[in-house]
This record gives sequence, structure tokens and C-alpha cells, in this order.
Amino acid sequence: MSEKSYQPVAPVIQSGNGEPIMEVKKLCKNFGGLRACNDFDISLHLNDLSGLIGPNGAGKTTVFNMITGIYEPSTGEVYFKGINIAGMEPHKINQMGIARTFQNIRLFPNLTVLDNVRIAYHTHAGYSLTDALLRNKQFSSKEKELTERTQEFLSVFNLQDRQGELAMNLPYGEQRRLEIARALAADPSLLLLDEPAAGMNPAEVVALMDLIHFIRERFKLTILLIEHQMRVVMGICEYITVMDFGEVIARGTPAEIQSNERVIEAYLGPGAAVLSEKYRRDKNS
Amino acid sequence: MFKKISKSSLFFFGGTLLLFLVVQVLINNGTLNVFWLTLLRIGAVMAIVSLGLNLIYGFNGQFSLGQWGFYAIGAYAAADITWYWHNQKSAIALVVVLLATLLVGAAILILRRLFARVRGLDAMSAFALYLLVVVALVYLAVVISQPVAPVVSSLLLALPPAVSMQVVFVLAVLLAGLVAAEISFIFGLPVLTLGSDYFGIATLGFTIIVKVLLDNSDTMFGFAEMKGARGMIGIPKLTTWFWVFFFLILVVIITRNLLHSSYGRAIVSVREDEIAAKAMGIDIAHYKTLTFVLGSYFAGLAGALYAHINGFLHPNEFNFIKSFDPMIIVVFGGLGSVTGTIGASFAWALILEGFLRLWLPQGFETWRFVVYPLLLLLVMLLKPKGLFGDFEMPFLRQILPSLAPTAVARHEEVERATLTSSSGTVSYPGDRAENLPAQETNE
Repeated sequence: MSEKSYQPVAPVIQSGNGEPIMEVKKLCKNFGGLRACNDFDISLHLNDLSGLIGPNGAGKTTVFNMITGIYEPSTGEVYFKGINIAGMEPHKINQMGIARTFQNIRLFPNLTVLDNVRIAYHTHAGYSLTDALLRNKQFSSKEKELTERTQEFLSVFNLQDRQGELAMNLPYGEQRRLEIARALAADPSLLLLDEPAAGMNPAEVVALMDLIHFIRERFKLTILLIEHQMRVVMGICEYITVMDFGEVIARGTPAEIQSNERVIEAYLGPGAAVLSEKYRRDKNS
Repeated sequence: MFKKISKSSLFFFGGTLLLFLVVQVLINNGTLNVFWLTLLRIGAVMAIVSLGLNLIYGFNGQFSLGQWGFYAIGAYAAADITWYWHNQKSAIALVVVLLATLLVGAAILILRRLFARVRGLDAMSAFALYLLVVVALVYLAVVISQPVAPVVSSLLLALPPAVSMQVVFVLAVLLAGLVAAEISFIFGLPVLTLGSDYFGIATLGFTIIVKVLLDNSDTMFGFAEMKGARGMIGIPKLTTWFWVFFFLILVVIITRNLLHSSYGRAIVSVREDEIAAKAMGIDIAHYKTLTFVLGSYFAGLAGALYAHINGFLHPNEFNFIKSFDPMIIVVFGGLGSVTGTIGASFAWALILEGFLRLWLPQGFETWRFVVYPLLLLLVMLLKPKGLFGDFEMPFLRQILPSLAPTAVARHEEVERATLTSSSGTVSYPGDRAENLPAQETNE
């Protein structure tokens, strides 16, 4: 029926220089008979700011869950710094340098802001369980150092005055900021943000975009983000991957994605691309 | 060279010493009779069990009904050791349990290292392997201790009888805890992978298994004095106010030091959100096991102390119905409140025994099982977060550290950097426009 023949999806281009920091190859996930993700490929380089978009149920969060080890991939490989991390346990993946935030904020609600971030440092605490039980010198000096480091870190995110407050009592915007701060505390090299702007008002969204730029410069990070608000994605991402029904349907810069027919049809339904082309022509003439 | 002792620690140690001395003096001059003394000791024993459960349920979020099973194991393990010494002047049980726990402990440490390298080893296979090794090692311990025991016995006999009895008793209590801890580690391997409610059912099953085993086995590893459902008699009555108090304070300090460290925060994070904890690099299986083992260790200690209060053990005391008692105490005192758990334990002992012997008229004793649940109901309705809620005594409170000067300095530096950035926006990154940092930094 379709008169349109789609162009093949562009191959993964080398946007940065040198070796990619993460390379995902042919990642698949089946839930029973449902294929949530099919042959997903992506490659990220140092200091990339990349976006992953797609309609609801396209499989974006599934991809995040597979990269971070929450789900085990059915098939496929995830190379991070040259090591295949597919199927590894989540805490090991995190310790290798991949941090993430969640679509619906997952802080530790009954803990203070300070403790939320201090937990992220626990693998670098520098004292053993015996030290902790005996409260010896090693414990007190390391614990003090850890607390000071956390406070210094909180101050970068302007949360230092909130350190004693319970995480659940923070306003929404600050909870998001705390979640990002917590993810960054363990000094990851790759940050995955799952819909960071969900539920934010326009002013908060602008602040968030600033924040993302800021942390990328400051922590020399590679960022991959899922987002529904086109304003955010088109505003800050340098490179975008689009998914629909578990498959990658387009890749490219924001400008390329905006005019991609398959993307428009995935979002607005079949035939929409023709209409949108017509609309643009009418407007120009 | 003296370490600065904080005010709250000073108050705590001073207060506990004072409390101990006052009660000891009252016991010595006969003001506190046997009834009150037993009540205090039972309350303290219950506090130790419940503190263990509070670690598992209150702080780590694992709904466990297995605490009573480990309590039973601790009681029988310790009773075996002291029974042999008291009645036969033989250290055979002490040597067997000591060797077995040490061998099994070492094996667990080694096997854990080995299994960590094996990828994709499922919990059930690991459980089976551990079980095989443990059974073999326990058998080995029984065999080795036959020639060793007489030597140890003669060494102990060289000491004055009162001293040797106390030495055996303290060793028995500590070893009983270890036995419970090691069994909980092995039992926890397959069971801790279950979700919260299913974990509760599985641990309830464990308590029932222990009770049925005790009911039906006259002997275990060659110790013939357990006498199954007829009850074990002839255990020396060694649990004094000093020992229960000592172990209670020890448990409180261990709990506090653990919780106020990075390990404690990791334990609590598992309760708060397992998926987030995983994504923050916390090995949740490891921390669940750690808490479960430590909580069971406390249960074993308490069981051992309990066995030496009355000098009599009966499997009915370890019925699964009673496994709800520590659970009630923990919820009643406030989940995650150490002070609340201790308070509720003594209140529990006082209420049940008080109604039995003091407050209800004769012939109405069984009514205490009407009054007690009603009391629970009332407290839960009036104070849903438990009797003490979030309250902790100062010693157990987490102190909020003051802001480090470097944090303030760093904040100002960042602020300067963003103010002069090329973006042209004056607002701090991530801040709302009306919430400028300039107004907040000086607080």
C-alpha cells in the first residue's frame, strides 16, 4: 500500500574522535513473545551528549535497564571501556562507571539529603566493617573525609543547606537535582538520564537544561538521555537516536531528525509526513 | 593521647553504669525479689532478640519470622555445652561446637571467595554445596574432638570451679551466637533471594522446622541430654543480671556503630529502594546476608542467655506462635528505633508477667491474652509509628555534621564561575529564577 519507500537507517557514525566509550551491539530483549528491543545499536564517545527518543512503549527504558544490568539482555553485547558488561550485576556495572537516574524518581525517601549522596560513596569509604564496629581512628578520619567530600559535592548542586532534610520532603525540582547529584557522586564516566524533565514546569525545564550542560562540562561526562519533551532533546542533544516498536528507526543531528519522515510518522501516524511536507510548502510559498 | 569522648557517649556510659549498679544493689539487699529479677532478665533477653530482628526488619526491610528459630538454636547449643560441663565435668560439647563453628566459619569465608568468581552459579546449587561441606566438617569436628576433649577438660579443671564455669558459660553464649549465625548464612542463601512477603513465609517455615526437630530428636551429634519433647533439665542457672546487661549493652553498641557507618547506610538503602541501591553500586545480596547473619547472631546470644535463666528448656517455648513476639515488639516500639525496641521489650515482659501475677485478680489470669492484644490495638491506633516513633536516645542519634568550610568555599567558587559564564544567564545551574543562591549562601 505504501508508495513511500523508506531510506535505510543511517549507520552509526563516529561523532567523536578515537575509541568509543560505550558500544552497544545488536541488543535484544524478549518478554515472553514480546520483543521489547530488537537489534539496538549505539555508540557513544567521550563527552558526547546524545538523546534517545521515541513514542511511548518504544523500548527506550528497556535499553537503559539492559545497559545498567537491571534486565539481562536476551542477546547482544554492551561494550563499556572495552569490556562486555551485558548480563553483569547492576552494582558491578555501576562500580565500573555507569550511573543512571530513573523515570519516576527513586531516591531513598526516609534518608537525609546528605545520606542519599553518602551512600553513593560507600565503595570508596576506605574502612572495613571491623573499623566501623570498633570506631577506631581509621573510621573517624575516613568518615569525616567522606562527609566533607559529600558536602562539597552537594554545594556544587546548591543543596548544601538542605543536607539535613529528608529526601521525600524536598520539592520536585530539587529531588531531580539530588538524584542527578547522587548519580554523579561516585564519579561515573557515563550518565544515563531517564526522562529528567518529566513533570517539570517550563522554568524548571530551562534550569534543568542549564544543569545538564553544566555537569557535562564540569565532570567531563558522556551523557545519554531519554526525553519526551522535544524542547529539551532538540535544545541540548548533539546526536539523536529514535526508536519505535523496539527498533531504531532513525539517527542523526536534531535538524535531520526533525525532517525525517519515519520519525514524523512514528509520532503522528501514517500519512503525517506527507501532510507536514505539504504544510511546510504552503507556508513557504 | 586521650580521644575526645562526646557528651552523648559520656551520658550513655555513665547512665548505663549507674543503672546497672542501682539494680545490682537492689538485688543484693533483697528489694528486687526473684520475680522482678526474672522479669528484668527476660526483658533484656527479649531486647537482644528484638534488636536483631529490628536490624533485619526495621533497618534492612526483610520481613523475617525466623528469629525465633535461631533463638531456639542458640538456646540448645549453649545449653548442651554448659550441661556437659556442669553435670559431667566434660568439655566434649564445648570442643565439638568450638571446632565445628571455627571450621564451618573458615569454610564459609573461603567458599564465598571462590563462588564469587563463578558467574551464573544459582543460589540452590551454592546452597547444596555449602550444605555438603558443612555436614562433612561437623562430622570431622566430632571425630577430632574425641581425643582433644579430655585435654581441654583437664586444663579447665585446673581453674577454680566457679571461674571455669563462668569461662565455659561465656564461651557457650558466644559460640551459640556463632552457630545461629552460620546456620542463618546457609539458610539465607536460597531464601534471601525471595521478595519480602515470601521471605516471611519461608522464615516462618524455618522456625517450624526447628521446633519439630527439637520435639522429635532426643539426640543430635551424639549429645543425648536434649530429651526431645520431654524437655531438657539440669542446665546450670548462670544468667545473672550482670551478664544480660553486659550483652545487651554490647549489642546496642554494635548496632549503633554499624548503623552509623557506611555499611549501615548501605543496609538502610536496601530497605528504602532496592533498585536504586543496586544502581548506586550496592551489592544488595551481600548486605541482606550481612544483616540477616548479624541479626541471627543476636538471636543466638539471646537464646543462650535465656537457656540459663530457668535451667529448663522445652520445645514448646520455641513454638512458631511465639516467633511473632519479637515482631510485635519491634513494630510496637517503632520500626527502626533502637530505643523503642529496648523499651518495648521490657514493657512486653512487664505487661505479660505483670498481668499474670500482679494486676489481675486470681482466677482471671487468662484474661491477660485479652488485655494484651487490646493494648497493642490501642497503641497502634494512637501511635501508628510505634511507642517511641522516631525517637532515639542521644547516644544512638545520628548527628548532622556541620557544613565543612570547603563546601562553602566550593559553592562560592562555582557561583562565580557560573556568573561569569558566556551563557549570559545569571541564575545558578539548576536553580529556579526566584531562588537565587546569593540569598542562601550566607546562612
